[in-house]
Amino acid sequence: MSTKRKTPPDGEQQERLLALWRTMTLVRQAELALVRLFADSEVPGFIHLSVGQEGISTGVASALQPQDTLATNHRGHGHVLARGMDLNGFFKEIMGRAGGLCQGRGGSMHVADLSLGILGANGIVGAGIPIALGSAIAHAVRRTEGVAVAFFGDGAMAEGVLHETLNMAALWKCPLLLVCENNGWSEFSPTSRQFAAQLEALSAAFGIAYQKVDGNEVLAVSDATRRAADAARSGSGPQVLECITQRVRGHYEGDPQKYRDAAEMGLAAEADPVQLARDTLLKQGCTEAQMQAEAAEIQARIEAAVAAARADALPPFDSALADVYTPEQAR
Amino acid sequence: MSATQNPKQDMRYAQAVSEALRDAMQADDSVILLGEDIGAAGGSFKATRGLQEAFGPERVRDTPISESSIVSAAVGAALTGLKPVVEIMFMDFITLSMDALVNQAAKARFMFGGQGSVPMVLRTPHGGGLSAGPQHSQCLEAWLAHIPGLKVVCPSTPQDAYSLLRASINDPDPVIFVEHKGLYARKGPVDTGETARIGQARIVRPGQHVTVVSYGATVATSVQAAQQMAGEGIEVEVIDLRSIQPWDRAAVLASLARTHRMVVVHEAVRDFGVGAEIVATVMEAGFDELDAPVLRVGAPFMPAPFATSLEQGYAIHVETIVRAIRQTL
Repeated sequence: MSTKRKTPPDGEQQERLLALWRTMTLVRQAELALVRLFADSEVPGFIHLSVGQEGISTGVASALQPQDTLATNHRGHGHVLARGMDLNGFFKEIMGRAGGLCQGRGGSMHVADLSLGILGANGIVGAGIPIALGSAIAHAVRRTEGVAVAFFGDGAMAEGVLHETLNMAALWKCPLLLVCENNGWSEFSPTSRQFAAQLEALSAAFGIAYQKVDGNEVLAVSDATRRAADAARSGSGPQVLECITQRVRGHYEGDPQKYRDAAEMGLAAEADPVQLARDTLLKQGCTEAQMQAEAAEIQARIEAAVAAARADALPPFDSALADVYTPEQAR
Repeated sequence: MSATQNPKQDMRYAQAVSEALRDAMQADDSVILLGEDIGAAGGSFKATRGLQEAFGPERVRDTPISESSIVSAAVGAALTGLKPVVEIMFMDFITLSMDALVNQAAKARFMFGGQGSVPMVLRTPHGGGLSAGPQHSQCLEAWLAHIPGLKVVCPSTPQDAYSLLRASINDPDPVIFVEHKGLYARKGPVDTGETARIGQARIVRPGQHVTVVSYGATVATSVQAAQQMAGEGIEVEVIDLRSIQPWDRAAVLASLARTHRMVVVHEAVRDFGVGAEIVATVMEAGFDELDAPVLRVGAPFMPAPFATSLEQGYAIHVETIVRAIRQTL
């Protein structure tokens, strides 16, 4: 299908890759800022980073439309930032401040922005998958022409809700896009020891269209997502997109990763989607100086957001306590 | 407040549920139903009979036997502009839906900083009396009442089944609507113009000597016990909580201030149950009013048994309640 399309002219293609690189750089640098903040005890609790997986969050988000919705997981910073989450609200939330997008009540594992269709990161592995199914049902019933996206890792393939969701989405031809970020690790164990099937065969068992893509090639992810989202949007039913990638850092930040060998970790670091895009752009005529200037500009935005978070108040307890149920005046 | 433009009609509890769903779906296109065998088959207890014919298979959706993902899907649908009503065929099966209820539905509003709410209802029947055995008879509502973010409603009459279900569907927060299998066939007058507020108890029968607080099917049993006591000159006030989360503390404490004696009755296992919460509240906020210890009547601490004779031993009877009332006098 894609081969029939006209290849965009070089300039257009380069602009597109440059825009994707900018988003990936934002995600990468925001997470590296979190690494430092976490080490300095400025981030409470624990965080799960998607360093090395930015090609997927960025590629998928680039192919979505405003009415689309997404449910993500514990490793969800990239998904929400690529979708356009406000940087100040993001840092304030993860740093536990009053002005956080979730008023400091959820933190890293629960960042959400319903106005952007982000139905929340999730602390329960696989739990976002059936939530996205329900969102897809709502798109269909309400005729929004929207698609719901479920981001999940390969560790979630062993959760029963994935299998239930594949079944229902196939039965009802839901506009659901299931994006598996396969980094080979189910928390602290290799997925090969956790899951006996393959996602391709599993999708086929339910008659669901499946694509496999190199998750570190952001353009490939973007193209594959557009194909899948178009199909889901036009009534062809659910689509599975398996993106092969690497987890560069631990399951959680601070994980000593004694269960991984050095060679495998080295390979993971080499297949860097941000670097790959950068190399291509340099070959295509972008200059080192231009890219450094752009990265510095992104870094300045991040530092401003971190500064704003540091300056923000701590969340008041009483308003949190009063907001467990919808207040009368908001009804 | 009751805007009685509709004449009262006698209907069974199950039909009242069905009429509430029908009227809610007619009033609001965003209301959809999800559940196992609720469409073509009309529901295990026929509470959704005729609704798929009226509203089509997209809005009255027969689901596979996937209790976990059905309820999670309701959360996702509710966050995307619908008002889903899920039926879980027996309350025992909510064990499979607990992540959706406890970690997702209950917390989404709070943990997203009040950005939105989860306007969903989960309807499910609890209770014994059908020899349905240990996995089809349980009353698990106390679990859910323990979770901040969930509301738990337990109607005891066809009127409440109608009015409280309409209120639950209109509620912006997730509501667990607990029906009772033994009440489905019970008939009573229903005014579809009558509205109800979740969290408001009702005095079913006034009395000045003892208060009996109950909800669900044991309300009727408590009224029978009260009638028996009336023969001896003891006037028992029976309060139907109608919802246990939130529950009407003010009504219970006000009744205690009149009677100074109290028994709490429910079909659920007594230990760590709803009664414990009520008794503890009375101890904290009504201690000076008490002329006798507050007593609890509930099922013994054992799984609901199957054999009719065993289930008789497990169930709450008029005599059990009468005995407890006498103990407080």
